[in-house]
Amino acid sequence: MLEIRNLHARIADGREILQGVELVVGAGEVHAIMGPNGSGKSTLAGVLSGRPGYEVTAGSVLYQGQDLLALSPDERARAGIFLAFQYPVEIPGVNNMYFLRAALNSLRRARGEPELDAGQFLKAVRAKLKLLEIGDDLLQRAVNAGFSGGEKKRNEIFQMAMLEPKLAILDETDSGLDIDALKLVAGGINKLRAPDRAMVLITHYQRLLDYVVPDRVHVLSGGRIVKSGDKTLAAELERHGYAAYEAA
Amino acid sequence: MSSPATVKNAETLREVAGEGYKYGFVTDIESESAPPGLNEEIVAFISAKKHEPSWLLDWRISAFKHWQRMEEPHWAKLRVAPIDYQGATYYSAPKRQNAPKSLDEVDPELLRTYEKLGIPLSERAALAGVAVDAVFDSVSVATTFKEKLGELGIIFCSFGEAVREHGELVRRYLGSVVPPGDNFFAALNSAVFSDGSFVYVPPGVRCPMELSTYFRINAAKTGQFERTLIIADKGSYVSYLEGCTAPQRDENQLHAAVVELVALEGAEIKYSTVQNWYPGDAEGRGGIYNFVTKRGACRGAHSKISWTQVETGSAITWKYPSCILEGDNSVGEFYSVAITNNLQQADTGTKMIHLGRNTRSTIVSKGISAGRGQNTYRGLVRIQPKAENARNYTQCDSLLIGHKCGAHTVPYIEVRNPSARVEHEATTSKISEDQMFYCQQRGLSQEDALSLIVNGFCKEVLKELPMEFAVEAQKLLAVSLEGSVG
Repeated sequence: MLEIRNLHARIADGREILQGVELVVGAGEVHAIMGPNGSGKSTLAGVLSGRPGYEVTAGSVLYQGQDLLALSPDERARAGIFLAFQYPVEIPGVNNMYFLRAALNSLRRARGEPELDAGQFLKAVRAKLKLLEIGDDLLQRAVNAGFSGGEKKRNEIFQMAMLEPKLAILDETDSGLDIDALKLVAGGINKLRAPDRAMVLITHYQRLLDYVVPDRVHVLSGGRIVKSGDKTLAAELERHGYAAYEAA
Repeated sequence: MSSPATVKNAETLREVAGEGYKYGFVTDIESESAPPGLNEEIVAFISAKKHEPSWLLDWRISAFKHWQRMEEPHWAKLRVAPIDYQGATYYSAPKRQNAPKSLDEVDPELLRTYEKLGIPLSERAALAGVAVDAVFDSVSVATTFKEKLGELGIIFCSFGEAVREHGELVRRYLGSVVPPGDNFFAALNSAVFSDGSFVYVPPGVRCPMELSTYFRINAAKTGQFERTLIIADKGSYVSYLEGCTAPQRDENQLHAAVVELVALEGAEIKYSTVQNWYPGDAEGRGGIYNFVTKRGACRGAHSKISWTQVETGSAITWKYPSCILEGDNSVGEFYSVAITNNLQQADTGTKMIHLGRNTRSTIVSKGISAGRGQNTYRGLVRIQPKAENARNYTQCDSLLIGHKCGAHTVPYIEVRNPSARVEHEATTSKISEDQMFYCQQRGLSQEDALSLIVNGFCKEVLKELPMEFAVEAQKLLAVSLEGSVG
């Protein structure tokens, strides 16, 4: 589903952060990308989602056979890409439900499906809340406004459940969460695993991976993937840290 | 003017001359337009053209004399090119020579705006000034409307008609809320006002539909110097809509209207304005100067007046819809969204004057600045000594789009009674790239994202608008902010 070849990218001040990333992710797979600070994890998430502020200087990204880098952020979203933000931004005055319905209908239009009216949407919401076992307290509030860190991450997973992406990129979804919140979020992620859906978990620590068991684990260091393995690689990193990989 | 009218004018001249006309004007009353300039003759000419009774002529002349003694106001944050008062014409018959003959001759940019605003095809020709006899059956629509109102005893007609048919009513209330000497532009308007609307709702009657100038027969384009008077008698209710979202162009740069609202005991007046004046080109040239005095008097106990406005366009907007809370337990409200883009300047706000006991006022002002626009909120809350137990809540929020625009808040709070409770909150925020990207990552286009964020910002004001206006207003917001991001 996702093919990243020799990806080089730099940020606004000219520094090249990604220096030849190679990665292939297939449908139904869960990949974890781990690495020390400054390795380029957030840059990778930004480049894939189309966040402003990054410039691709070499390489290619194919998504379902299409040139992903040629699409605008909203075109990528409508093609089925979802980014769970590390720091979800607040949008005051915009009701969470209203926002989500607008987003969902935008995606449905792109998929050639009929839009949901308020009643149908509410039904879909209730079903997903039940699936994820989370409460409805976040719904009537403005998007992320006054949400705690845990509530923001929960809101990201809830949106993911509603928008049903084909490729989900979770950018440090576990950061800032206590154990209970982490279990709740992890539970949600697991419920959303599907044969036609791919997930890329970007994470610093191994703990999330105790609950969301990945098919493949990659180590990102110095802007490149320097090692790939199965879930045991994560345990090894937990024991020995990134020192062995922080060479290049 | 056709012959019968000319004959009538000549008769008027004779009648007037016969009375020993004290102003002794010389201008040929048979001409279609007054010559440029403003003096007592011109004022008398205007009054004679409209066949006004002598009390109204006297009133105009007195206002003119006030105007002569006054000075044009200057505000710190507006840059106003000098207005040539003697160079303008104060009365002219509607011009038809340069009217487009069909939609093909209308500026395509204007047509594109109509499209974006969702204006029905049948109305576009009329709005663009195409010279057709009747685009649709507007006369019969307006007639049925008037009949329905008539059954309830509601008077809704042009100001000129009201002077003729309901003179006593007009005379009782005209100038009672905005006296001619109130300010420079009110004095000017009082001397030379062209036409406007008059509404009277009898006691206990709830007007069953929103009143809009759209339904006034012969409602031409908004005049330069409109005069509106709305009276809600005891226990009545009326909702009045002014303006339209289609961009209004006019050769006349200066618009100085006066709106007076009177709410008697237990009555309520809701006055909504959605205005989109031509803002001038990208350099700010040729735009309309919109200087308006709007004031409502809550005369009776338990009366209520609400002003709701969405203003955009116009090179310079200077207006402060106000409420005078005379009656005990009366309520005044002001909800406003003002948008400035490109080089527009807005200095707008409200005045709430608390006189009676247990009065309440609410002010919610949302300013959106984009491009190099400058938006100033100027508000006055004055609690007079006898106003026991007064309450005011003011919330003034500014949203900045881009980094070349400005927002300024100038609140004046004067409290002369110790039992008053006055609350003021103000926020300033920017639309951030992060918010835009978040929306886009969820599948919303850049335009939809901006519209969502801006509408969220204006929500408290937009929900006060009558429904059809609310929909138009949302579209207007989107159109006004085109090109402001990215």
